Amino acid sequence: MARAVFSSPNAAAAANILVNFAVLHIATWSRKSQFNSALMCFRTAAASRESLKMEPLAVTLLPGEERVIDKDIMYICPFSGPVKGKVFITNYRLYFKSDPSVTLNVPLGAIGRVEKMGGASSRGENSYGLDITCKDMRNLRFALKQEGHSRRDIFDILFRYAFPLSHGLLLFAYLSQEKYEENGWSVYKPMEEFRRQGLPTDKWRITFINDNYELCDTYPTILVVPFKATEEDLRKVSTFRSRGRIPVLSWIHRENQAVICRCSQPLVGMSGKRNKDDERYLEVIREANGTAKLTIYDARPSVNAVANKATGGGYEGDDTYQNAELVFLDIHNIHVMRESLKKLKDIVYPNVEESHWLSSLESTHWLEHIKLVLSGAIQVADKISGGNSVVVHCSDGWDRTAQLTSLAMLMLDSHYRTLRGFQVLLEKEWISFGHKFASRIGHGDKNHADQDRSPIFVQFIDCVWQMTKQFPTAFEFNERLLMTILDHLFSCRFGTFLYNCESARDTNEVRSKTVSLWSLVNSDSTSYLNPFYTPESSRVLYPVASMRHLELWVTYYIRWNPRIRQQQQSPVEQRYMELLALRDEYLKKLEELQLTDSSPNSSHLSNSSASNAASPTQHINHLHTPF
Amino acid sequence: MIETFGIKLICSKNSCLSPVVCLVVSVSCRLCLVVSCRLCLSPVCLLSSVCLLLSVCLLSSVCLLSSVSVPSTGEVVFCSASTVLKYTQDDLSQRGVFGVLLCTNFRVSFVSDEAPTEEMGQLFKNKLYGENDIPLSCVDNIYGGSEDKRKLITGGLVKNKYPSKMIIHCKDLRVFQFSLSFSKEEDAKKIFQGIVHHCLEPKSLRCLFAFSYCENTSYPEAQRKKQTVMFDSVEDWTQDMKRTKGNCRVVSENSNFELSPKLPQYFIVPKNVSDEDLTKYQGKGLPMWCWSHHSGCALFKTASIPLVQEDNVPQTYMEKMLTAVAHNHLYSVKTEDLSDTLPTVQDILLSYNRFKQFFLIDNTTEFWMSDMKWFSSLDNCGWLDIIRQCLQKAVEVVESLEKENTNVLIMEEGGSDLCCVVSSLVQLMLDPYYRTLLGFQSLVQKEWVAGGHAFLDRSNHLHLKDKVESQSPVFLLFLECVWQLQQQHGPAFQFSETYLTVLSDSIHVPVFTTFLFNNDGHRDSLLRAESPHTQRSPLNCPTVWDWSVQFDCKAQDLFTNPLYTEKPKQDTSVRKSYRPRHLRQLSLPSSAFKTPPKKGFFKDEADNLKKILGVKRLSRWMLSPSSDSPQTSSSVREFYEAWQTKPLDYHGLLLPCLDGPSIRVWMQRYLRWIHDVQILGGGPVAMLSKVSEILGEVQELQRQLDRHGCTLTSNHKGARPRAKTAAAVIAARSSVRLSSSFPFVTSRNWSFKPAIPTSLLQSLMVTGMAGNLADREDDGGPESLV
Repeated sequence: MARAVFSSPNAAAAANILVNFAVLHIATWSRKSQFNSALMCFRTAAASRESLKMEPLAVTLLPGEERVIDKDIMYICPFSGPVKGKVFITNYRLYFKSDPSVTLNVPLGAIGRVEKMGGASSRGENSYGLDITCKDMRNLRFALKQEGHSRRDIFDILFRYAFPLSHGLLLFAYLSQEKYEENGWSVYKPMEEFRRQGLPTDKWRITFINDNYELCDTYPTILVVPFKATEEDLRKVSTFRSRGRIPVLSWIHRENQAVICRCSQPLVGMSGKRNKDDERYLEVIREANGTAKLTIYDARPSVNAVANKATGGGYEGDDTYQNAELVFLDIHNIHVMRESLKKLKDIVYPNVEESHWLSSLESTHWLEHIKLVLSGAIQVADKISGGNSVVVHCSDGWDRTAQLTSLAMLMLDSHYRTLRGFQVLLEKEWISFGHKFASRIGHGDKNHADQDRSPIFVQFIDCVWQMTKQFPTAFEFNERLLMTILDHLFSCRFGTFLYNCESARDTNEVRSKTVSLWSLVNSDSTSYLNPFYTPESSRVLYPVASMRHLELWVTYYIRWNPRIRQQQQSPVEQRYMELLALRDEYLKKLEELQLTDSSPNSSHLSNSSASNAASPTQHINHLHTPF
Repeated sequence: MIETFGIKLICSKNSCLSPVVCLVVSVSCRLCLVVSCRLCLSPVCLLSSVCLLLSVCLLSSVCLLSSVSVPSTGEVVFCSASTVLKYTQDDLSQRGVFGVLLCTNFRVSFVSDEAPTEEMGQLFKNKLYGENDIPLSCVDNIYGGSEDKRKLITGGLVKNKYPSKMIIHCKDLRVFQFSLSFSKEEDAKKIFQGIVHHCLEPKSLRCLFAFSYCENTSYPEAQRKKQTVMFDSVEDWTQDMKRTKGNCRVVSENSNFELSPKLPQYFIVPKNVSDEDLTKYQGKGLPMWCWSHHSGCALFKTASIPLVQEDNVPQTYMEKMLTAVAHNHLYSVKTEDLSDTLPTVQDILLSYNRFKQFFLIDNTTEFWMSDMKWFSSLDNCGWLDIIRQCLQKAVEVVESLEKENTNVLIMEEGGSDLCCVVSSLVQLMLDPYYRTLLGFQSLVQKEWVAGGHAFLDRSNHLHLKDKVESQSPVFLLFLECVWQLQQQHGPAFQFSETYLTVLSDSIHVPVFTTFLFNNDGHRDSLLRAESPHTQRSPLNCPTVWDWSVQFDCKAQDLFTNPLYTEKPKQDTSVRKSYRPRHLRQLSLPSSAFKTPPKKGFFKDEADNLKKILGVKRLSRWMLSPSSDSPQTSSSVREFYEAWQTKPLDYHGLLLPCLDGPSIRVWMQRYLRWIHDVQILGGGPVAMLSKVSEILGEVQELQRQLDRHGCTLTSNHKGARPRAKTAAAVIAARSSVRLSSSFPFVTSRNWSFKPAIPTSLLQSLMVTGMAGNLADREDDGGPESLV
């Protein structure tokens, strides 16, 4: 075994990196579960029987996490070759540890597919085992001894616990006993958020028509609609919009009162149906701030919008909606995006494509899609800044529409660029408005080939990352928050991203039975803050949606590769923090000195109180003045 | 001022073009003869009385010059035209400003009729030329345009015609578009022909602006000497060898270029090289010392000797030289023929020419059209790959020095192109001194200027027809590689990205002796010949390192990198512990079988070497074992990975990551003038300016503390940069929003309109996508629409 591991010195090196990384992760995990004071060990009858010399596992289990099985296994590490070690499976994670310290720590929720590899008779070393495909851009391969169906039990257990919903089990979020100081479920309160935006106004009212999800079962209960539209109007409009997703207000510009409305496609169909109520409704939206022409952004390519007529959908025709202009934003559907990310994974995992990297990257079209989403959002934001109201929709209004509205809002409203504000944005535009997280991610579901799955939300977070990259001082949160969000998008440890819509969340009592991701984040908010953040409240951020500036999010998509240096802190950040500390230290020293200078006789007495006498910031004011 | 101008009228007889009357304005009271640049063969000097006749003209032209930013003395206006329209960048609107277009012996200049606006962005002003000036040697290509066609002007062919639109592409990637259709026909013709002539036609070196500039500018020499090591004396070389604890021989026999004008004035060779060896083959094959590793092994470079099959003499000579190199340390030597493994200078030129086209944008529509294919175009032009290859080669050499402690001899034909690139990169990776600002300048002096890189031929400032082949942006390629290192390991470099960008621009400003000559001998002979004074002192010209010629102090502050921290002072005990670190490295399993042979095998090894040397072709018998490429790249990867697992020390060995995503485009240099891709209020500068701000505060506090006589403990690393940093400057500007093009584009261009990609080429993208996924519904199924 030692030979295998050390066959290449490289292996040891890579292993080391993995360890560092793993340790880092473990630190994160353990910090997260602050209230789990005792270091839990795997200690079961089976374990003690199997190996007496088994050392206590250095991973802290989450409250509610339980060990299910452990087994000697060979991990076929794509970077450092096969490593012998032990795998532990709990109801939350797969944990692997080996002697020369290679560690894996994979939440079962991140597992998309488990397959048997090789048969009992297949030849070749390490050809018999398990092949695991993860949703977080990696694959894992384990090899076992060929004799005695050694993989049957582990396969069955993994299959059961990785896909609990397919086996009548509960998602881990319902088993978790975690407790946090902060309650993340209170982050988003729709009424508060609307009030922050200055709603209601004399043109816009808040309606409770959907209180029982009767108007639209995928919308939230509280909606903002034009003041002039009666409840009856809303019901009529809902018959003409796909799945009853009527145009409702998402965001209003404080000064010019221009609004972003979101909805689904109109049910025009092949015959070109019209609906007077829908037409009048959009007219009322246009009138609300005197916009001359209401701009309707259809996120789809026009070809697709036309094709949708065949299945009863369609778009707002020029002749029927007289005071509206329709713009197609050419963003592709969920299937195209899924294939694109799949291709991206092919060129970055396990090894980064070496020859013609840039051409390979281009052929995945991933960044091209990012560009289209961003430039669509820029157009929306630009229209709003110019005082024109817009309506955004795609087919159903829960994928591309959510991307566009939330990105436009991120550009327009600096509140959403704060740590709390961003949480509100996600809760509002994505979670409450029914982005189908359950279908798109496939939480706890074994059907890996489900055509409903698509990385739409990942793509959105990538867009946000591109923005933070282009404006490194404009966001209060850091890259780590984005990574954490994506990790727990899959992990099923928190209730935040479970289920397709609010009505389903109500039925399943998510808020009372699970913990919110924001509980974790807000209990430890300092580690998600960007030290360079400079609030600028009135500023509209326009990222540059050119391929010249878009880059692959290497630290996310290629993070499993040990050659990508995982820095906890960027050197710029590190330097900045050092200098801040140094400044405070000098200020303190200077104060002490000035105090001793001014009162040389009583220095002894005054010194003790000197340090907190004046605030450091007062001192440096004059430094700015010379210019 | 005007009365002090001496006046001379000079007229060229050369007459394929209508004679152009030139006015010469010289600040010097002494009447001096200024040679017309027309062809520099037989300038005709008219009597000074003629000048009086033209004094009226003179006055107007003096006024003209004074309204230009007047940086330069010795500047002569050749021709000018008024009511020229300069298009602003958005060419679709055809908007622009009217003004006067001038051509002088230094630059093409556009002087706007509009009163100069209040400029907030004047901070980073170049004193020699403004934003509407193009130094003649910075002109890359000129296009004539009419309506929708665009034609490359190659000079000579422009006799009586002129296009209505003139597009100038600059070597610093600026693009100017002028419309001549509003000017007088005669003026328009003259200015067009004048510009084409002075920018594209062959000329003599003496016509470069440097000479008339230096004759007319007295500038203090003291300022330069104290800082950058120029490597123009025995002391400089000895010093550098001592610094690296090298053990070689400084050759000063060539101080008057007696050995060969092609050899550097001073250089260092292995101890065992004899006097006779020095001059054989005009210095070809002579191993020139570059740098010594602390283990004792060293890096040498040489120009390879062309092999004549029958003649055995060069082989014996090479053999002797190799032995001399090997003797330097532990009798081990590895040779690398760069001509075999790296692209040729022609490849470099071709690739760069394709690459630069992506940034010479004269049409925003085209820009957005090309955006979708950006990555593959970038890939296909191969420029990034050339950068990667150079870095990889440098890492290989570093590996030999650092891990195997072998002497390395790199060679190529000429020995002063890729040898310079690789040897300087190796030194940057291994020696933190060269990552300081002065250290870097010294490195360029050592490897490039003294090392005899043919700057003049490679830039072909003179547009000589027979030098077209030798043109190649080799030095720029080096700066590109440095930029890659710098963006991967920011805190390790004392100089900033802006510094590198400005340095790359300065290559095309024909004022600095640094970039005007082919080698030491060339420089010496010309500067001596041009000297207005006695034979003894050569013409005193600035080098590019005299940054005050171009930028004032505040602007120079932007050359320092706020992330850089000086190495914390080591006491001697720490120094001792430095070496074992490397010993540990030797004990890495992979290096065990690669370590050089022990001293005891000296004799065998010598025989062995002789045996190897017996083979015919030089490049064959000197192939190092690691030269076939898959093996090399895996070895380099291992070396990189082993290095990567150790904690990163910015004052130690630095290696670049060579993976696809890590080699990137130098955004600041290439995108700075393109309006549509400026990130307003963003870009890395947003972050760096905050660091600078705090750094400024910390430094100010330090000064206050110093005044109080408080001694600060030395462990506050980096709080005391040698030069004052940009802190104060940037802090002052922090109220103004910077853009990603900072500091090159002024805030005037600020607009709040976002750039929206104009052509998205959707249909193109989807074709070729497998299946018809794009046509499907998101949540398909007939039941979905109820």
